[in-house]
Amino acid sequence: MTIAHEAPDGATGPQAPVLRLRGITKHFGALVANDDVSLELERGEVLGLLGENGAGKSTLVSVLFGHYVADAGSIEVFEQPLPPGQPKAALAAGIGMVHQHFTLADNLSVLDNILIGTETLWQPFSRRRGAREKLARTATQFGLAVDPDARVADLSVGERQRVEILKALYRGARILILDEPTAVLTPQESQALFSTLRTLVADGLSILFISHKLDEVLAACRRVAVLRQGRLVAVREAASTSKAELAELMVGRRVEAAQRDNAGPSVAAGPLLAVVNLAAGAKLKRAQFSVARGEIFGIAGVSGNGQAELADVLCGLLAPVRGEIRVDGRTLAGTPHAFIEAGFGRVPEDRAAVGVIGDLSIWENAVAERYRDRAFSHLGWLDRTQAKVRAARIVAQFDVRCSGLDAPARSMSGGNVQKLILGRALISEPSVIVANQPTWGLDIGAVSYVHSQLLAARSRGAAIVLLSEDLDELFAIADRIAVMFHGTLSEARTCWSVGDIGLAMAGAEAAQA
Amino acid sequence: MSELYDIVASTAFWIAVLRIATPLILGTLGVLLCERAGVLNLGIEGIMVAGAFCGWLAVFHGAGLWTGVLVAACAGAIFGLLHGVLTVVLALSQHVSGLGITLLATSLSYYAYRVNFPKVSSPPTVVPFGETHWFDALPALGAVLGAQTPLTLLALAIVPVIAYLLNRTPAGLAVRMVVENPAAVEAQGISVTAVRIGAIVAGSALMGVAGSFLTLSAFNAFYFNMVNGRGWICVALVVFASWRPGKALLGAILFAAFDALQLRLQQSSAGGLPYQLYLMLPYLLSIIALALVARKAAYPHALMKPYRKEER
Amino acid sequence: MRLEQRTHTPYAVAIAAPVCAVAFTLLLCAALIVWAGAPVGRAYIVLFDGAFGSRFAIGETLTRATPLILTGLAAAVAFRARFYNIGAEGQLYLGALAAVAIGGGGFAAPSVVLFPLMIAAGMAAGAMWLLVPALAKSRLGVDEVVTTLLLNFVALLFVSMMLDGPMKDPTAMGWPQSVAIVSDLEFGKLLERSRVHSGLIFAVVLAVALWVVNARTTFGYEMRAVGANARAARFAGIAVDRVMLKTALLSGALAGLAGVGEVAGRAGYLTLDMSPGYGYSGIVIAMLASLNPLGVVLAAIFVAGVIVGADSMSRVIGVPSYLADVIVAISLLSMLVATMLTRYKLRWS
Repeated sequence: MTIAHEAPDGATGPQAPVLRLRGITKHFGALVANDDVSLELERGEVLGLLGENGAGKSTLVSVLFGHYVADAGSIEVFEQPLPPGQPKAALAAGIGMVHQHFTLADNLSVLDNILIGTETLWQPFSRRRGAREKLARTATQFGLAVDPDARVADLSVGERQRVEILKALYRGARILILDEPTAVLTPQESQALFSTLRTLVADGLSILFISHKLDEVLAACRRVAVLRQGRLVAVREAASTSKAELAELMVGRRVEAAQRDNAGPSVAAGPLLAVVNLAAGAKLKRAQFSVARGEIFGIAGVSGNGQAELADVLCGLLAPVRGEIRVDGRTLAGTPHAFIEAGFGRVPEDRAAVGVIGDLSIWENAVAERYRDRAFSHLGWLDRTQAKVRAARIVAQFDVRCSGLDAPARSMSGGNVQKLILGRALISEPSVIVANQPTWGLDIGAVSYVHSQLLAARSRGAAIVLLSEDLDELFAIADRIAVMFHGTLSEARTCWSVGDIGLAMAGAEAAQA
Repeated sequence: MSELYDIVASTAFWIAVLRIATPLILGTLGVLLCERAGVLNLGIEGIMVAGAFCGWLAVFHGAGLWTGVLVAACAGAIFGLLHGVLTVVLALSQHVSGLGITLLATSLSYYAYRVNFPKVSSPPTVVPFGETHWFDALPALGAVLGAQTPLTLLALAIVPVIAYLLNRTPAGLAVRMVVENPAAVEAQGISVTAVRIGAIVAGSALMGVAGSFLTLSAFNAFYFNMVNGRGWICVALVVFASWRPGKALLGAILFAAFDALQLRLQQSSAGGLPYQLYLMLPYLLSIIALALVARKAAYPHALMKPYRKEER
Repeated sequence: MRLEQRTHTPYAVAIAAPVCAVAFTLLLCAALIVWAGAPVGRAYIVLFDGAFGSRFAIGETLTRATPLILTGLAAAVAFRARFYNIGAEGQLYLGALAAVAIGGGGFAAPSVVLFPLMIAAGMAAGAMWLLVPALAKSRLGVDEVVTTLLLNFVALLFVSMMLDGPMKDPTAMGWPQSVAIVSDLEFGKLLERSRVHSGLIFAVVLAVALWVVNARTTFGYEMRAVGANARAARFAGIAVDRVMLKTALLSGALAGLAGVGEVAGRAGYLTLDMSPGYGYSGIVIAMLASLNPLGVVLAAIFVAGVIVGADSMSRVIGVPSYLADVIVAISLLSMLVATMLTRYKLRWS
């Protein structure tokens, strides 16, 4: 692939950087999120900011954009100092930001979303016609077509991102910050984004591209800055570095990826979990698959295509409109309790909001699915001693770091919350496991821990359904993968090419393998 | 049946409907503004009491009627500001803060009344707004509108103004956006806190005016318990109106029509039913209306969700 | 200005918070007392004396506190599970009405049978009155705040209708008042020459029982889980709707019991002005107690003391007794702010 390493208008040679960060330091309580970070962005370049989850990338851009105020350090934009803590000042200085979680209002139109903040608040009217024309001009200039009257909720994820970029360009941004822009895109959409970025850079814009994905950073950027534990550890030319070098810089050590053992699933014994002709909610139209003992069944897809509904059904949260779920030939009724009783181990997508009850203690969360068992309660009385014994076992066995069993669950870090949820699900050796985005937002160490636990459960003979938006994860540990698109689940395959799965995620019929 | 028709067809009936509807229209719009910005304001019941009292007190001490209305609006705005600080800045429970404001505003008004008038047996009176007769020339509608006081006309005029403000101005866009995605507003350099507090203060000022209608238009004195649940009914009406100004007007008028009807039926005491049954009707009606719309009620996205920057 | 969650609360802050809240309240209300033209120090002394200064005063305060503990518990239980029952006032009246219906002399049964029946009927009536909003919430998604509020007005009108009609005391000369509870069924007096009755024991025992239920039973666990995070509770297999319904019934029953206590323990018969807003005060008390059942007892005694003391302050030095409600309202709001500051730090930036 060829990348425009240099802007065509000859922005080479010694020129003052458009953006200069000097010694940015930011603490959250005892945590040092950014430690003396200094960075320069030049005109007409794409600079990659690479780092694991938790390395301090988001904090750095939040400081840059005025959401947080740095404890120390300064920022210069076009050689002018940027006052801290004022998103308005950042906008005025020509910085545009495309957040990982889009800052769009779903029920308002594209035009409304772009207009917000562009006019004086106390103006008694809104100049919508002029705005519409300006938007159309901007859209044509950069090749980013979008219907200004469409409701944002009706747009695809790729289109929403386009709206976000347009919003920044509309206010004349000259520096664009993209925070994990590809996390929600199909491989093809990512390619389209990269070509948009090339157009923008050719126009003289400068782009800070934030990601934790090595391939993308190498494909899209001229230079790559690597953050680790809040520190800037290296800046490399993309042309003269390698994936391996960047990976080691990013993690600071070699990480052994969890390995699948070679024993295949025990297909001979017949499927353990069978999902037949399932439809649920507004989004899940049809899903049919079966999972054997000792198999990891991966489900890929761009978010919002019905995976959430499928996961809810498989956790008992949502009753199907049609179809059924069978385990060992028995049909399951749709309450969470029934699924727990049937031996399901469940790992929800939103661990902080659904997985644990933040205000309750760690031991209370550890027995949340099991408090009614005879082991933990007698005639309506909770057996606190036994519950704490169980909790202590989970904490020890799954390496949950916490300040004590009585501490509230919200006092733990995301990785440890996930370990607690995983431990709660796995300690009773469930025969079926449903894991929805189990590694989302975790650092590499925690990711590989989660993978190894799932693989261990697989070796034990569990049937595992793994829903993930991270293709690398699915390719690494799933035995078979099926793709969700518009609520319909494709046939599963053991072997996909990246191109084919990308097409399937975008709804095209995949080429026959 | 014909009796019912006679009632509904009479001009007097519709004059009464608009009069009953006025505080409901103003109050409902006030609640609507607060909730469109994402904040429940159960302080309305007390804010209406405070508006009724302060407006009346100003007029009693010699201020003009419109000054009294302004004073009522300011009283409402002050309690709104307090509610805003508690719920938006400090992110306290909106339910409890609102109930606390109601208790505070009510008890302060009663206390102040007693301090000002320690030993009066019958409440002192003022000369209230009179009928305008501005529209008498209009056919049909003129008789109904002409018999109204200026505050009722103000309430009717404010409905399209609020609708315009919400849908067609930058400030309105900020309010609509802040309830959908507060982070989006913050990202554009607009303070979520300021937008929310602004909406609460404006809404509470309207609630204050709603209260002043009771003492400066409908009656001519301040009585204890005179608000009598009207504020709560506004909170219900806003759900019924699915947070739209036009529908809020419709809901308030519909509600007032039933209220006026039950008053007349009660007077004619047709069925010999206990009068309490008629008085229950408006409340039961509100509950039924809520139940009917609840399924499809599109509650504002961030209603009752405090927004906290820098939470990790 | 920003809020930052504390990882732990320093001991000093936890103690200083309520003290500061009370001090702040007294300071603000001092201004109001000055406005009324009374000496502040004397006013507060009279207020305290009127509430706790004599055997009689203490008796009055405890009598007042009895229904307040129960409505406070009703609110605390419901709010803990995030069911915002604001209708305790109506439930209280319905409970009182049911008590009069059973205990008003209409049934010829031994009091051993009638007494528990009367209490059960009162609790059931309160619970039933809350059943409609609870079902409307779980089945139709109707916000319970508004429905419970509005039902208060309906309840009062219903009671008024009953007092005009079937349950009217014919000897009351046109005054809307119910027949009296037969003397066998009245609650026993606890203190000589005071109105304190055995309802106080019921209330305190129930507070302790609820504390135990909350902390030690699976039902308490479910209520706390549902209140803290209903989505997560449902994910963990808790039947959220059923827990919510049970909680609502419990809350209504407690409020109903408060009504039974008022007619059978204090007044002897039911009138329309029996409760000066005990139901609403219950919410304030529950919040002052941070929803802790044991705290409710203390908060109820505090609020009752303020009300009783303000009455005597009004008699002695002419400060309007509405000051009681102002004190309660300001202490509620400042207590809310204070407890929040024990969980969060304010950072200026």
